Amino acid sequence: MKQFIQGIVGNNHQATHLLQILRQIQSRYHYIPEAAIEQLSGLLNIPRTQIIGVVEFYSFFHLTPRGQYELLISDSITDHMLGKKNLLDYLENKLGVAVGEVRADGVVSLDNTSCTGMCDQGPAGLVNGYALTRLDRSGIDKIAALINQQKPLSEWPSELFQVDDNIYKPGLLLNQQLEQGAALRAVLQRGIKETLTEIDKSGLRGRGGAGFKTAIKWQFCSEEQQAERYAVCNADEGEPGTFKDRVLLNALADQVFEGMTVCAAIIGAKQGFLYLRGEYLHLYDKLQNILDRRRRNGLLGSNILDAGWDFDIEICLGAGAYICGEESALIESLEGKAGIPRNRPPYPVTQGYLGKPTVVNNVETFLAAAGIAVNGGDWFAGIGTEKSKGTKILSISGDCARPGIYEYPFGVTIQTILHDCGADDVLGVQVGGPSGSFISDQEFERKLAFEDLATGGSFIIFNTSRNILDMVHNFTDFFAHESCGFCTPCRVGTSLLKKQMDKIVEGHGSAGDVVALEELCQLVKNYSHCGLGQTAANPILTTLERYPDLYQSRLKEISYEPGFDLDGALETARRMANRDDAGAHLAQIEANEHE
Amino acid sequence: MSKTITIDGKTIPFEEGQTIMDAAMAAGVYIPHLCHQPEFTPHGSCKLCTVKVNGRNCSACTYPAMDGQDVLNETKELVDDRKKITQMLFVEGNHFCPSCEKTGNCQLQAVAYHLNMLDNHFPLFYPDREVDASHAEVMIDHNRCIFCALCVRASQQTDGKDVFTLSGRGIHKHLVVNAQSGLLKDTDIDATDRAAHICPTGAILIKRTGYQVPIGERIYDHKQIDQVALETEHLKHGE
Repeated sequence: MKQFIQGIVGNNHQATHLLQILRQIQSRYHYIPEAAIEQLSGLLNIPRTQIIGVVEFYSFFHLTPRGQYELLISDSITDHMLGKKNLLDYLENKLGVAVGEVRADGVVSLDNTSCTGMCDQGPAGLVNGYALTRLDRSGIDKIAALINQQKPLSEWPSELFQVDDNIYKPGLLLNQQLEQGAALRAVLQRGIKETLTEIDKSGLRGRGGAGFKTAIKWQFCSEEQQAERYAVCNADEGEPGTFKDRVLLNALADQVFEGMTVCAAIIGAKQGFLYLRGEYLHLYDKLQNILDRRRRNGLLGSNILDAGWDFDIEICLGAGAYICGEESALIESLEGKAGIPRNRPPYPVTQGYLGKPTVVNNVETFLAAAGIAVNGGDWFAGIGTEKSKGTKILSISGDCARPGIYEYPFGVTIQTILHDCGADDVLGVQVGGPSGSFISDQEFERKLAFEDLATGGSFIIFNTSRNILDMVHNFTDFFAHESCGFCTPCRVGTSLLKKQMDKIVEGHGSAGDVVALEELCQLVKNYSHCGLGQTAANPILTTLERYPDLYQSRLKEISYEPGFDLDGALETARRMANRDDAGAHLAQIEANEHE
Repeated sequence: MSKTITIDGKTIPFEEGQTIMDAAMAAGVYIPHLCHQPEFTPHGSCKLCTVKVNGRNCSACTYPAMDGQDVLNETKELVDDRKKITQMLFVEGNHFCPSCEKTGNCQLQAVAYHLNMLDNHFPLFYPDREVDASHAEVMIDHNRCIFCALCVRASQQTDGKDVFTLSGRGIHKHLVVNAQSGLLKDTDIDATDRAAHICPTGAILIKRTGYQVPIGERIYDHKQIDQVALETEHLKHGE
């Protein structure tokens, strides 16, 4: 192991590479052994506590051994809608291992994982980091057999790993065929300042969901008095129900890289990063090859297009943490640390990666920027609404005939989208993922746009056979699982929300409990440190607003219900006293009230 | 012309580079806080010092003071919500004030009194946490840790060591110490380290000093935390 670790660290003793080093150790040994921590602490010259802090932060790292086959099943609501629960039970039986456990022989471990971004082709999972799609019983039979024969992944049938793009409705961006280097040549021809003017004219706003104007972000960054600057592409799409960045990177990576290079020219960056979520490991080699080809073709690296323009891109993989989609947490993660959002100000455009001015933009934003560099601002601004220019690429999943990728001009109604993807009998739509809003069937005339329904692109459809509280429950658990734990309102609050939802859904709630739930939601929303906590209560708040009766109907008709099971709490006492008669039992409240 | 902000309508001067907390404390205005001590880099995690700045919630300990800011501090809404945040800190750990050596000297307890916290409000988590009494002179009772990172910062910034770090995620956040055994005795902490004395609760205690100061004669037995903080933290800041 000593040699292996020495080999991966090489001569690069920078602690910024810790995450990437740990990924390789986990992949080889299926945990991070104590000896590795000791050795890394010496090689990188950082305290061992810092390494443990990183290992314990990311879901894909472990301090104790996992199986040689680390099997994870996606826990997105869309996987549940496709029968995940039954499949997981089947998988447990078939493999002889319980969820969260490692089989006694150490060959396989099984666990849940947050949405893997395969919602249009689930139920999905990961084996040793590689995406598994369209899991069904026959697929599981195959997987179980392969694992029991200890066949290396390279010998597994490729259909298990087949990932489809499922582009059903291309628009301005998805139809765009750009010759390689076209955007870069356009920048050289038009001039850097003039290109920024076109980006400004296009009205392009960040596609991650927050919608900050791209040209302003780039301009702020370019005006900082610093020698080094960085351009970062956020490909950590962890919002459950989002998968369009996976498709963009599979189908249009050149244009995304070109958009980053355009940005680099404008802000004056020599180095860029693609922060790729760990769940998209299957794209890694392909993207590296594209970067290599671009370097060979003079479109990346030193002296781009012989114009004395230097810029290169490094791909950094995440390790299972939704919070790293938040830009300052992403930067922390790029620096090899736990993804804890920073205090702001300063903003990344002034102090980002290694304290230097940094632009972080979504994959789709860079894709659009490449198109705008070639076609000019009007090409983009001519489409959409006044406040939301251009198109939005959506990831559509859930109850519809054709789940996949759809591109629409901003301003499109929910109704139009539902019609196009073949959704009938619709109860409602979760727009923007769990952190967005639930839209009921009374609101299908509403529009996707920053001024109405802003979205990062997640669009999950629920038909009338679905239970809204199941969805809320799933989303609330998700946020509690993904909270980074830095600030009190989110660390404690998301877990309290989970407890309070459990109480109500399981029928232990009473009169004041819905009010208490709403109060707690407001507290978590208003006081949390970052967007995760500030939106964690949205699933509850947006459904409570629309379906108050749904929550009320779960409550008991009493004014007070103990927060725990009174009779259950007496179990130990009964055992000790060796009694089980009527007098050794306690009713909850009702019996007394009726006396 | 010196620059000013207003806090609850009162005009307060500040110097460039000061946070709202710095300016407030220097002017004798108390903003409740637990993870902040002026001698260390602000952390901004406990969120007790949340104030409304021009209508937006901000952490006073990290947010820079800027000319003309209209800051709200003692509104009913903020005071009520700070109480709830304090209640969150109580229920996530195991805090039994009557049997804790820190009672009367504990900032968590004192803030709770200051905010008129009379119950836990939220259901208790009863987490299973350990006590590390391995070290000859310093002990950690993890049941009382509120993840303020003051010991982490004191060890790095004052003691020049790296004894502590916060690890884990979400509700599983926990304090770890820098030793292969995971035990305090195998770290390079000394009882004279700043980190051994900075804990606002009873999570890090010096052994064999318990109850030397009798209950009834402790810091917060006769003074509220706002008065103590303004007297002690302001002085330190001016040094």
